[in-house]
Amino acid sequence: MGEGSKFTLIWKVFLTFLKISPITFGGGYAMIPLLEKAIAEKNRWVKKGEIADILAVAQTVPGSIAVNTATFIGYRLAGISGAISATLGIIAPTFFMIILLAALFLGFQHEPLVHAAFLGIRPTIVALILLAAFKIGKTAVIDKTTLFLTAASLLVFLFVPVQPIFVLLCGALAGIILQAKGKSKQFVENYEHAKTGGK
Amino acid sequence: MVLWNLFVSFIKIGFVSFGGGYAMIPVIQYEVEKHGWLSVQQFTDVIAISGMSPGPIAANAAVFVGYKAGGISGAIIAILAISVPSLIIVLLVSLVFTKVQHQPMIQSAFYGLRPVITGMIIFAAVQFAIQNNLIGIHHFHVTSLLFLFVSLGLLLFTRLHPAFVILLSGIAGIIVYF
Repeated sequence: MGEGSKFTLIWKVFLTFLKISPITFGGGYAMIPLLEKAIAEKNRWVKKGEIADILAVAQTVPGSIAVNTATFIGYRLAGISGAISATLGIIAPTFFMIILLAALFLGFQHEPLVHAAFLGIRPTIVALILLAAFKIGKTAVIDKTTLFLTAASLLVFLFVPVQPIFVLLCGALAGIILQAKGKSKQFVENYEHAKTGGK
Repeated sequence: MVLWNLFVSFIKIGFVSFGGGYAMIPVIQYEVEKHGWLSVQQFTDVIAISGMSPGPIAANAAVFVGYKAGGISGAIIAILAISVPSLIIVLLVSLVFTKVQHQPMIQSAFYGLRPVITGMIIFAAVQFAIQNNLIGIHHFHVTSLLFLFVSLGLLLFTRLHPAFVILLSGIAGIIVYF
């Protein structure tokens, strides 16, 4: 591939993710249908079946699923520069929108009308966080051990002032140690079941 | 100094925020509180705006927190810092494994990691509920709890988009509290 066509591809990757970004409210899973259309139908960059694999990796590694997916596809198409341009494409539009909203919010937050609206919104945010716990809980709590780990970590977070990263590391270590004792197969089956059975 | 703190914090957040979306909130909340960039109430409002706006919630929250703490340059630093770790990890993963999610070791780690993430998110919900005066040791706020249960019901049992539920609760808030 020549220099010119590589640049064209990188630019196209950037534009594609730039266009997907502003219409994906809620990020992550909301963008899957749009992503499919843009990268598998319009551009034929990947096969439709591969998208599921890419999403699985995007969920496994830390970070936003939408950003990870973009990075991953960008890399497969055009290497490191493709990964960077896809990442920039997906974060650029929302960056400017949030700056605008942040400026507006900081200016108007003490207006009685805005204040009243946010009094109504705050409980909904608690509900959304509970919903996230519920969704992850469905794939996480699959037996007594994982139920115990959930309860234990909740107690640690509630009563011990500790960095989240340490508790997360302990969890991962506990998983590796426990699985070494031979629960691995059962977990894989349960996980596959939860994945196909749940939303 | 603020910019450096933002950079370090959001790099850390980027490395440990498994699960995406609202699951990343507790990790961001921890750093925000540690540095006193926002009160928990302000941070709740930031999450609300991030959830109503297009784009990844955590990236949106990073931009907002960065902007509040360090202006436009703070916002740029925060968004770049939160994106770099996933960029590095995704690149490494692409180089080393093609199907990392099927590696037994990774699966074992996630067997233990997922419950801890669940516990961490429940903790975040409790913390947000307390700091926004929904519940306390001696009291609870009936109207707010009603808002909480109605929106939880809508989220669980209808196909309404979360951004739309946030919008609805804002309108309800204006009707009830204004």
